[in-house]
Amino acid sequence: MSAHRFTAISTGLSMALLGALTSALAASAPPETSTCLACHGANGEGMAAAGYPRLAGLSSLYLTEQLNAYIDGRRVNAIMSGIANPLSAQQIQSIADYFSALPASSAPSPSALDAAQSSLGRQLAERGDWDNGIPACFNCHASGGIGVQPAFPPIAGQPAAYIEAQIKAWKTGTRQGSPQNLANALMYSVAMRMDETQTKAVAAWLAAQPLPAPDTRPAHTKP
Amino acid sequence: MNASSIAQLSVNAGLLLPLCMLLTSTALHAATETPALSAATGTGVSFHPPGEHMIPEGKFGDMIRMGRDIMLDTPKHAAPFVGNTLSCANCHLDAGRMAGSSPLWAAYVSYPAYRAKNDKINTYQQRLQGCFRFSMNGSAPPLGDPVLVALEAYSFWLATGLPVGKEAAGRGYPDIDKPAQSPDFKRGQTVYAARCALCHGADGAGQKAAGRVVFPPLWGENAFNWGAGMASFNNAAAFIYANMPYGMSYSLTPQEAWDVAYFMDAQERPQDPRWLGSVAATRTKFHDTPYSLYGQTIQGRILGNSGAPKRPPNESEAHIAP
Repeated sequence: MSAHRFTAISTGLSMALLGALTSALAASAPPETSTCLACHGANGEGMAAAGYPRLAGLSSLYLTEQLNAYIDGRRVNAIMSGIANPLSAQQIQSIADYFSALPASSAPSPSALDAAQSSLGRQLAERGDWDNGIPACFNCHASGGIGVQPAFPPIAGQPAAYIEAQIKAWKTGTRQGSPQNLANALMYSVAMRMDETQTKAVAAWLAAQPLPAPDTRPAHTKP
Repeated sequence: MNASSIAQLSVNAGLLLPLCMLLTSTALHAATETPALSAATGTGVSFHPPGEHMIPEGKFGDMIRMGRDIMLDTPKHAAPFVGNTLSCANCHLDAGRMAGSSPLWAAYVSYPAYRAKNDKINTYQQRLQGCFRFSMNGSAPPLGDPVLVALEAYSFWLATGLPVGKEAAGRGYPDIDKPAQSPDFKRGQTVYAARCALCHGADGAGQKAAGRVVFPPLWGENAFNWGAGMASFNNAAAFIYANMPYGMSYSLTPQEAWDVAYFMDAQERPQDPRWLGSVAATRTKFHDTPYSLYGQTIQGRILGNSGAPKRPPNESEAHIAP
């Protein structure tokens, strides 16, 4: 057997396996997720170029809360508000459960990052800018940005455009929590103190960080 | 926080929303639109420690950086002397730089000093030993140990240009007004559930991610022990009022800060290492203040009644022991 032929066969086999795997996944995806998958990717990995966030591995509780926020107007987005609005509570639960069970991608999002941005972004993520009242991202989202779910989602490797848009959404009021939701109050007070340069730098730096696969890190535990 | 408690919050929010949507959103924005920038607000501080990019190269710079690293991740960089999962920076924000958050530069220029806590003149290194013994529930590093030298070098460098022997504005935690009502466990519990539990957990045990502490435990076996300054609820109230939650300095009312500090300090934690054989004797000698709940009966149990400390004092502690 020639090397070419072997490669062709094994590629064919891999494709077949991959296809079977994908259809197995697709089969288990509830019908209400079909709209989600179009933009957030077949495995919920997101679409960095368009700024659509990764949903895989986010906690079910967090995802439920976000969809409800779109419905009651606490979160406003031209695309998402319209998509979320007709969903029933049961459909929301089903979508949230599905994506929370998918493994998060470990690859960083492509991100244009120059040296100055990298240095500033890393500083903000790891240490913050306390002189200007800005705690470090990792003070709450954990070292490496892996998140402390459900209240503090993983942010490493999310698209830069998405992170930037969220910081701005908190500033402009298109992302708000219920008054009882401390997490939103925390993020609001941080976002309102961040200037344009900081916002862009931290978004680009975080996007460039890989999110370690869950099986390479211990589950979130109590000390 | 577990799933059911978040769900409970959502349920409450749903019930309350129609009634108080306008009211609460106004209240939230009133509280968050012009928040105090940081703990430094109102302390009158004018001193700024040098930026970290100014740490010199060479061996001295390396020692300064080691001190900074110890502040940020104490269990990792000072492991032999740490008996819990806290880091210095949990209570000294921004790695000990923040005014109003017990900044190291203000402490550095205040030693040597007499301390009533041990009735001795303490050097700066001896003061640091106390942090390890009580706040870190560990053991005092020997004087001259690299851990103490590093923290001293870092503090010295932070204090560049600050006069010695003069009370520096921004030292310690800012004074907090006395509460209108006596601090109360139940009210504190309510504040805790609304403003603290999200991060520190309903059980006060904090939260970890991938094995590393993100939100420090406030009570229980991994928290500071009964001998720590933070176990006196006047200190805790002052810290909380100025520093908590992160990025939301002075967002609690003084009354809320006193109540929640009382609630936190009315929980069980590791034994005071100065243990004298009984709670009563230890209270009389070391906790004879209305701000310590050690030995008091709260919620039907005597606080601190957990027997002898798990670890006997080491040689370095002989001089700081009573």
